[in-house]
Amino acid sequence: MKEKIADLEEKARRLRVAIVKTLHKSQSGHTGGSLSAIDMVCALYFHKMRHNPADPAWDGRDRFVLSKGHAAPALYVTLAECGYFPAEDLMMLRRLGSHLQGHPDSKGTPGVDVCTGSLGQGLSMANGMALGLKLDGKENRVYAVLGDGELQEGQIWEAAMAAAHYKSDNLCALIDSNGLQIDGDVSKVMNVSSISDKFKAFGWNVIEIDGHDMRQIVDALDQAEAHKGAPTAIVAKTVKGKGVHLFENKASYHGVTPNDDELPEALRCLGCCD
Amino acid sequence: MIATRDAYGEALAELGGENDKIVVLDADLSGSTKTGVFAKKFPNRFFNMGIAEANMVGTAAGLAAVGKVPFLSTFAIFAAGRGWEQIRQSVAYPKANVKIVATHGGVTVGEDGGSHQSVEDVAIMRAIPNMTVIVPADGEETKGAIRAAAAYKGPVYVRLGRNKVPSVFPAGHKFEIGKGVVVVPGTDLTFITTGLMTAAAVTAAEKLKAEGISARVLHIGTIKPLDKEVVLQAAEETGAIVTAEEHSVVGGLGGAVAEFLAETCPTLMKRVGVYDRFGTSGKSDELLKYFGLNAETLIEEAREIVSRKK
Repeated sequence: MKEKIADLEEKARRLRVAIVKTLHKSQSGHTGGSLSAIDMVCALYFHKMRHNPADPAWDGRDRFVLSKGHAAPALYVTLAECGYFPAEDLMMLRRLGSHLQGHPDSKGTPGVDVCTGSLGQGLSMANGMALGLKLDGKENRVYAVLGDGELQEGQIWEAAMAAAHYKSDNLCALIDSNGLQIDGDVSKVMNVSSISDKFKAFGWNVIEIDGHDMRQIVDALDQAEAHKGAPTAIVAKTVKGKGVHLFENKASYHGVTPNDDELPEALRCLGCCD
Repeated sequence: MIATRDAYGEALAELGGENDKIVVLDADLSGSTKTGVFAKKFPNRFFNMGIAEANMVGTAAGLAAVGKVPFLSTFAIFAAGRGWEQIRQSVAYPKANVKIVATHGGVTVGEDGGSHQSVEDVAIMRAIPNMTVIVPADGEETKGAIRAAAAYKGPVYVRLGRNKVPSVFPAGHKFEIGKGVVVVPGTDLTFITTGLMTAAAVTAAEKLKAEGISARVLHIGTIKPLDKEVVLQAAEETGAIVTAEEHSVVGGLGGAVAEFLAETCPTLMKRVGVYDRFGTSGKSDELLKYFGLNAETLIEEAREIVSRKK
């Protein structure tokens, strides 16, 4: 297990490097929220989820919804690392004609099941998938990564209510709680705390973790799978821009990409020499 | 006479037995939307989502993503209005195989008043790429439209009404998405109509005949994609068009026909519909009269447009 964790940590480091390089190349996209979510996305794709990069539409796969769609770079570098498409494609992020749209688009990108980007809609779609899979008697699970600012959307709570009502225990929501949104601190823009209490009140199983501690992430995902009768919310405390001190905890790095001057320092932080 | 929503309930329950991929969602109005008929027959494939339309749309998109054929229903004002951005983003953008069947469209909702009278839904659904928009004339066409929607792969919006409406089509009438139907032949003008206004146009055409005016009635069941061929033919052959719909004149059938003809065959035109106003409480027959949505208005407009032709 120790080896597995170390392996995932190293994968996450490499994915961070890929995020920084991709966003530097595109000069458009969301740095902070991609770096805060990547540990969880990494654990899902390389530890927890059943999926088959050679057959993206494989019926036996677990489903993934990136509800905070602006963290698309985190998903794209992960899918590329899995082999869903060549890593060179990442250099075309957000370019005209590219299959890597600014926000996830199921029509073009292998491995992406639903379109997201307009915040607040992903949990509804994830629960719809969960209901459909259960109806077919399948054991596949559905994972959705949400932002904490995104929880300000009322639809999230409609979906939370419905998932608990229908006992969607094949659904797991991971809340990337980095505490920042475009206009500043989530607590100052529109306070959503306590996230855990809210999900508990809606009838969810709630697990609180450090969203950058790989062992805690893996344990929480295992616990979520074992929990029956209710959906699970993993409320993960994270750091926006995690891994690169230039970007850490800065709301201004929500939708800003590394410039030429920042790139070498960012890569150095991530232990990347090339 | 049968309400289109009743025909929907019957068709849905029938289709449910033929296709086990069909699932149905409602937002606490299953008695009114008639999805309750399906719910009774197939309780495990029915999801009441409560009074939460945005989530209902997203849930339907998720169900479609795992291979289901979801039909979701509520009143038109809530489906198309409250759910608009969710329909755009979660359903139409990915071309999700979701069928939105909105009941209680138009002013004939009646006494509930302007808050509940959706006269904008066709316009706002029509503006969304990938979306097919259907407004059946009667119960028989509704059954065909629901069947066609289930067979079609992609997003569909079907707009139905609350009240019983006169029959236009015989039993077994085959509905085809995107095909207009000439219900009454004619040469002096064409009524291009949808929904319950098609029956009114048939009545108007009969009365006009006695005056020596030959009115064609072209029923457009699918507003998007518009059957351009029959519309162009009507414009070229009759030289005058009166559109009619139980909807705002902004962006609905009249808008669609005007947009198309303005660029291909500018034609004398008049749009009958709700003139940029909200609805108001009243009995549905009173409201149809109040807003001029009847054969009498169509006759007046026909006389006027034919006189302008000369």
